[in-house]
Amino acid sequence: MTFLGMPRGTGNLTGTPFPTAARAALGDAQLRRNLAKATSTIRAKRASVVAELPDWAELRAAGAAIKDAVLADLDTFLLRFEAALVERGTTVHWARDATEASRIVTDLVTATGTREVIKVKSMATAEIGLNEALADAGVTAIETDLAELIVQLGHDRPSHILVPAIHRGRAEIRDLFRREMPGVDPDLSDDPRALAEAARSYLRHKFTTVDVAISGANFAVADTGTLVVVESEGNGRMCLTLPRTLISVVGIEKLVPTWQDLEVFLQLLPRSSTGERMNPYTSVWTGPTEGQTSHVVLVDNGRTATLADPDGRAALRCIRCSACLNSCPVYERTGGHAYGSTYPGPIGAVLSPQLTGVDRNPTLPYASSLCGVCYDVCPVAIDIPSMLVHLRERVTQTKGRTAESAAMRSLAWFMSDAKRWRRLLRSARSARVLGRRHDRIGHLPPPLSAWTTARDLPRPPRQTFRDWWETR
Amino acid sequence: MTDARTAVLTRIAAALTDRPTPAVPRTYRRASGPGDPYLFAERLRDYRAQVRLVPATDTAQAVTDALTEREAQHVVAAPGVPAEWAPRATRAIPDLAGLERTDAVVTACRVAIADTGTIVLDHDAPDQGPRSLTLVPDYHLVVVRADQIVAGVPDAVAALAGVRTQTWISGPSATSDIELERVEGVHGPRTLEVVITLP
Repeated sequence: MTFLGMPRGTGNLTGTPFPTAARAALGDAQLRRNLAKATSTIRAKRASVVAELPDWAELRAAGAAIKDAVLADLDTFLLRFEAALVERGTTVHWARDATEASRIVTDLVTATGTREVIKVKSMATAEIGLNEALADAGVTAIETDLAELIVQLGHDRPSHILVPAIHRGRAEIRDLFRREMPGVDPDLSDDPRALAEAARSYLRHKFTTVDVAISGANFAVADTGTLVVVESEGNGRMCLTLPRTLISVVGIEKLVPTWQDLEVFLQLLPRSSTGERMNPYTSVWTGPTEGQTSHVVLVDNGRTATLADPDGRAALRCIRCSACLNSCPVYERTGGHAYGSTYPGPIGAVLSPQLTGVDRNPTLPYASSLCGVCYDVCPVAIDIPSMLVHLRERVTQTKGRTAESAAMRSLAWFMSDAKRWRRLLRSARSARVLGRRHDRIGHLPPPLSAWTTARDLPRPPRQTFRDWWETR
Repeated sequence: MTDARTAVLTRIAAALTDRPTPAVPRTYRRASGPGDPYLFAERLRDYRAQVRLVPATDTAQAVTDALTEREAQHVVAAPGVPAEWAPRATRAIPDLAGLERTDAVVTACRVAIADTGTIVLDHDAPDQGPRSLTLVPDYHLVVVRADQIVAGVPDAVAALAGVRTQTWISGPSATSDIELERVEGVHGPRTLEVVITLP
């Protein structure tokens, strides 16, 4: 299969194995309280605004199909997009992986001579580890989205696609601002209003003095070279408008064919994401605007490898709304850090292993109960549960011979012959020495403990079913 | 070694050995026509924007009233805004420092969406001005004519084809980043006031 040979993505896409990281997260009662409150609130908001649209199912089908159409001719659409941008005067760069993308942006930034850049919240730049690369080159990247700023000041990692600081309480944020934000009022209160006001004054100076901005894009229109950024606070508008140089980092799957296609996505995204009829601000620009210099960096980083698998490529439809995170019973309990990748939750469990190759993310396809609610709420109808099962199969294939596969093979040998099977079942009675106390087996030594740490094993009965049947 | 562009395009061609041809079903509501100004006003109020509904003949009075209530001293209007709307406003676009000292900005809009309470600015239009004009000052007053209001998002997208630089505004700047509690007014104008003029 070709996809096994395709170059994979690098950057911030892997971490501690999910079971280990999840165990630590489950012990954090504050985290679980914050997440339960946040996800239930946003679920209810989403449900009510989605119910307002009588044609939601039709919009969802169209959204999925438009994205599939882009993926089916991705090379054609990318060339069209590039031509439209170049014609307008934007410089287009291509990057095979995270390292190359970060290097391109870092070179562009250092060439301007600036030591600071302001950033619009962007998943792509988090994925490629851009802030770290800029820091290595002596450039400070200032996150301007409130939640990203909280994460950055706390030397922390985002835990949610939409609200990255959802794991932090207001008192923690107040303490963080008092400690880390230059020039902040030492008596700052923990009222969200006061905290937002503190961020406003701190960032205002940055917006008006820093001359290079870095953004992502929610959508890129192939026909016209138009980019779209969807946001709430106005930090995006500030970054896109005031600096003289704008560098936009865009995953190659962000394209839509035509301007008109946005009539679908500008309905699907806000309602699925923040549960609003429309987000407060959407910026649309086509080529260099109002005297700016503009660059677009097109990033592969494992997307073509994902595209090569017909059963997995639909993950590239994702518009980063986070409805699947908010609905997932696993995410609600573990939070985003446990997934170890820039992309957490159900979409992360299918996207991250495909971007990196399942060998570098072998536990994520199992980070799900396969309940299917993520598929129901996905605005572009990504069948995440089926994809998880598909990826589990690929994990098994990449592992080769393991103790588990050897056990399965020998079991198959017993089960292929009636006499052998009967003898095996009878011999299982010897295991009755275990579990005498509660009539079930609670603890087994490793490697069998992998099963018994979370589940009991039934104690084998005195008589097998076959033996009992024959005595009737 | 090939360049990144060639490499990525080659990878895509190799990935798409099957070249599927998906059809796009456009069975959703495409065009709903004119929008209801009263629904538009209600949606705006949901976002906690200030709204005035007035007969078109009272536009100038409504703008004056709003600016007076705001006690705005330094008022800038986009250069193409009708002179009678805000006779005492400055018509030249100030530099950044000037914008920071501006109390209020007055503009028209390109199109508005009733369903979502959205106002769209076309920054190449002289009555709407460059992006910084409606971003830096803390108070933005927009005049929306009833005939500029469309029903839904698809109507607005159709009306905006070919417009290079746009800002879609749905209520004032807001964040829910701290414990999901909504706070209005972060970086954009903290007050959005809309004068809707009826024929």
